[in-house]
Amino acid sequence: MTFVENLTLFVLAAFVGYEVITKIPATLHTPLMSGANAISGITLIGSVLVAGSGNTTLATALGFVAVVIAAVNVVGGYLVSHRMLRQFGRRREE
Amino acid sequence: MAGFLAGLPTWVLSVAYLVAAVLFIHGLREMTHPRTAARGNQISAAGMVLAVGVTVLWFEILSPWLLLAALLVGSAIGAWLAMRVALTEMPQLVGLFNGFGGGASALVAGAELVDRVGGGGPLPPEVTGAAAVAGIVGAVTFWGSLVAAGKLQDVLGDPIRYTGEHAVKAIVLAVAILAGGYLVVQPGVLGPAPLAGWVPAYWFLVVAASLLGVLLVAPIGGADMPVVIALLNAYSGLAAATTGFVLDNSVLIIAGTLVGASGMILTVVMCRSMNRSLANVLVGGFGETATAGAAAEDVYEGRVKSTSPEEVEMLLDAARRVVIVPGYGMAVGQAQHAVAELAELLAANGVEVEFGIHPVAGRMPGHMNVLLADADVPYEWMKELDEVNPSFPRTDVVIVTGANDVVNPSAETDPSSPIAGMPVLEVWEADTVIVNKRSLSPGYAGIPNPLFARDNTYMLFGDARESMQALVAEYKANR
Repeated sequence: MTFVENLTLFVLAAFVGYEVITKIPATLHTPLMSGANAISGITLIGSVLVAGSGNTTLATALGFVAVVIAAVNVVGGYLVSHRMLRQFGRRREE
Repeated sequence: MAGFLAGLPTWVLSVAYLVAAVLFIHGLREMTHPRTAARGNQISAAGMVLAVGVTVLWFEILSPWLLLAALLVGSAIGAWLAMRVALTEMPQLVGLFNGFGGGASALVAGAELVDRVGGGGPLPPEVTGAAAVAGIVGAVTFWGSLVAAGKLQDVLGDPIRYTGEHAVKAIVLAVAILAGGYLVVQPGVLGPAPLAGWVPAYWFLVVAASLLGVLLVAPIGGADMPVVIALLNAYSGLAAATTGFVLDNSVLIIAGTLVGASGMILTVVMCRSMNRSLANVLVGGFGETATAGAAAEDVYEGRVKSTSPEEVEMLLDAARRVVIVPGYGMAVGQAQHAVAELAELLAANGVEVEFGIHPVAGRMPGHMNVLLADADVPYEWMKELDEVNPSFPRTDVVIVTGANDVVNPSAETDPSSPIAGMPVLEVWEADTVIVNKRSLSPGYAGIPNPLFARDNTYMLFGDARESMQALVAEYKANR
């Protein structure tokens, strides 16, 4: 894709993000942050790509370090969110 | 080994990424209600599994077992941290995870440059430019988050202030930007010959940005951490999005931008809740302006009345509506279970109970809500500032526990106060206010709180948990 096409995605995604996230109540802001944070671990895809291609040893090594820390981010972020949201979703036994 | 899916046409990969992006957006949409939020998180996780899975299976991976090992090690560390860290330590953990995302993005952008140089590929300016942004934002996120997490964990001490700090930060930022500019305009001249393959300009930029990350967060105090954590959250998303520009990868751009938007919105909400600009928070704390306003002795002298759990119990006995206002002190004292038990007892006795939660109470957005939810407080009882403020005049008793600046009437009455104009919980409108606090010491803003000296305020001095447990015991004993 061209730079301008990528920029189009960026701008449109920013608007979608704004519209969706302004509707999330303050009560859920902490799990939102950790859940969103897990999404930012999408950079794991990039890590996998550079770790896997390997034109140079250095690039591969950097890629592998990135894979490890991005995986911590993704798995940790989703699990921590889940742990918190479980408490919110629970219905009160009257 | 060639990718398992390599035989398929490329549009299949693009469609898989599109589906992943839709799952992320839909997952966030489900987060707009507490009941569906857990499902939303799972939907978002499914999008991630799809995106990563397709990527691993599609592309040729030179050492698949090593990759698998790296994925497993990272996942195990993440899972271990997520499951074993106490809920009270969530702010630092969320901060740490933010940093990891940003750090990974900075590494990926650099690795891609190194890889292209090694493969003899071109380095067009949009790639080097995006890499420079990803490197700066990612490195600032990583080191800033480490410092923030260190402060929240109390490993690092007080805000570090020194003369000329703003000039130092500006110079370091300028150095990082210059290195980025050099990377964009001079991609052919990457550095001295033996180092050329490393793309030294990029790593120089990363070092400068790392220093900047430390310098930016070091002077910021604990109570401003909600803003810092939210901002670093936004940066971690922006770093991922710009890495998407480097790799020309649509799902990275979309997902990273969503996170960037989310973090920016939270940042703005937090700043607005303190009536401060983002620049003001980043540039420094309340410290310098706190000379204005009345001295503590003048405010409190002879006007502060203390009370006991027995007396508070009698007040609660006659109350029909009680609002509990928690602050960071509740988190520090781990008082949430005792507070929840008290609320439960009151409700069982027919009292209308609500929690008034200020957006910046605690150390991250929504901090109080998570602690209370964990202590089984139903989310319907947790009210935001705008919802609860009109109800104080018809409230019999307000119990403030571990909060100070967010219930300070000076914000509304004293234009010279450092917190003037900050939206506060107008607890003094209630019949009686009980303030549970260890002492009359000032909160983060460093100013006295005239609430403590009001006629309808009684101080319940003591540790948050012990005081709340004493109240619970007293309330039970009289039933």
